[in-house]
Amino acid sequence: MTPAAVEVRGLRKSYGQLEAVRGIDLRVERGEVFALLGPNGAGKTTTVEILEGHRQRTAGEVSVLGHDPGRNERALKERMGIVLQQTGVDEYLTVREVVQMVAGYYPRPRDPDEVIALAALADLSDRRVKQLSGGQKRRVDLAVALAGDPELLFLDEPTTGFDPGARRQAWETVRGLAALGKTIFLTTHLMDEAQALAHRLAIISDGVIVATGSADELIGATSSTTRVRFRLPAGGEPPERFGAQREASAWQLETDEPTRTLNQLTEWALSTDADLLDLEVSRRSLEDAYLQLTAEAAEAEAEA
Amino acid sequence: MSGLALAIRQIGYENRAFWRNPVSAFFTFAFPLLFMVIFNVLFGAGAAGFFTPGIIVFAVVTATYTNLAMTVTIARDAGILKRIRGTPLPAWAYLAGRIGHAVVIAFLLVVIVAGFGTLAYGVEVPWGALPAVVLVLVVAAAAFSALGLALSGLIPNAEAAPAVVNASILPVLFISNVFIQMDNAPGWLDTVSHLLPVRHFADAMMKLYASGSAAGVPWTELGVIALWGVMGVVAALRFFSWEPRR
Repeated sequence: MTPAAVEVRGLRKSYGQLEAVRGIDLRVERGEVFALLGPNGAGKTTTVEILEGHRQRTAGEVSVLGHDPGRNERALKERMGIVLQQTGVDEYLTVREVVQMVAGYYPRPRDPDEVIALAALADLSDRRVKQLSGGQKRRVDLAVALAGDPELLFLDEPTTGFDPGARRQAWETVRGLAALGKTIFLTTHLMDEAQALAHRLAIISDGVIVATGSADELIGATSSTTRVRFRLPAGGEPPERFGAQREASAWQLETDEPTRTLNQLTEWALSTDADLLDLEVSRRSLEDAYLQLTAEAAEAEAEA
Repeated sequence: MSGLALAIRQIGYENRAFWRNPVSAFFTFAFPLLFMVIFNVLFGAGAAGFFTPGIIVFAVVTATYTNLAMTVTIARDAGILKRIRGTPLPAWAYLAGRIGHAVVIAFLLVVIVAGFGTLAYGVEVPWGALPAVVLVLVVAAAAFSALGLALSGLIPNAEAAPAVVNASILPVLFISNVFIQMDNAPGWLDTVSHLLPVRHFADAMMKLYASGSAAGVPWTELGVIALWGVMGVVAALRFFSWEPRR
């Protein structure tokens, strides 16, 4: 078995009395896009900053590309790129100057113009960073992280504050990087982002990992998987056996046997002449799975 | 690239960024000259022999200590230091780049102030003692740079930087033979000022300006300045922070 890009065992981090990370295990394979998903304050940034070497752990074993990030080794930093939650470059330099400056820190940098194009900044490369918009500065961040042609890329909430168009564009960039064989470690609180990008993800809640797997596995792991939604003409009500719940002006039910349920539902509708308006059949989303998993974790915590 | 080559390259980038803010650059250089003109009006050209070396000291302290304490704190709060920390650039090479740039500005200021003193007020540059002058300037620039980095570690946030930096240096400049002669100061204040590095820097420059090569190398003053520099390095290693304080 080739060594993992990131391997974490029993990681803990306390700030005084507060235990932000309470014993987590993670394994990220080389070439994988991995997402650490969780609400704000769950311990995502603490975890990723320990992996980046920005923070020292309280306990546990951490290996990043075979190195201990806590040792602040140059050899490790030469192989990874980091996008922090906040930008931080000299604003009086141009985009190209910043990328060239950072590229010079690495033994085998990628061509700065290529990096600028990858971050969709080609038209802005001679602009001073000071003159860029917030979203454009985030792309400079990405360019800086890519300057050294890293094997492993950390992205800490990379699209926070992006408009939907910019977000899709950033996703395309991440997919492009994954296609180049880069390992990507992503944190996000956005379900659709994790679902769109990650091969595998871990859900973190209150400092512990509550589930790990692909989005499909996590959705499948929680019981009911298909959702049926419809409206009925005024005053109409479906029979109780369907277990449908009222949701605003519509009815909603969840089922493990969508074929059978839909058949029964349409049969009932035809036989009683009730029109199923705006009928919608959807898979349970990652968001549902996520909410259920984090709620279960909180419940178990309360019982313990 | 070796760490040294990276440090020198970093000076180049700092320098480029500095000149891109022309208003800031203009006042950096105009400020000490403004002081010289005001002192000349207030005290007459006869005092130029005192205030020319005094303003040289002021310029070096401002360009290194004040400047580094402020800009490094601002860069830290803007996340620039943390960003650098995540790259393979050695920490010392980055800081050497910032210090190197500050020292370049300090030396430009020295040349401008000394030149202005000669041309406007006829204050002779002590050419005969040039090696000693350069030695004092190098040791002082290094020491005040280290003290500036140490102070930055003690400043809680960028907003507090100007207040903390000014409160730490302006009173010291006033009791150190820089703006005001200490001849009539009470003995205890004279003693306090002799414990601090600015007084020794000013006295060394004053001696070299007054007596030229006859003054010799001011070893005592150099020793005190260097000692403060070492304390600055120790404090910087202890307190310096790469991340914004919360």
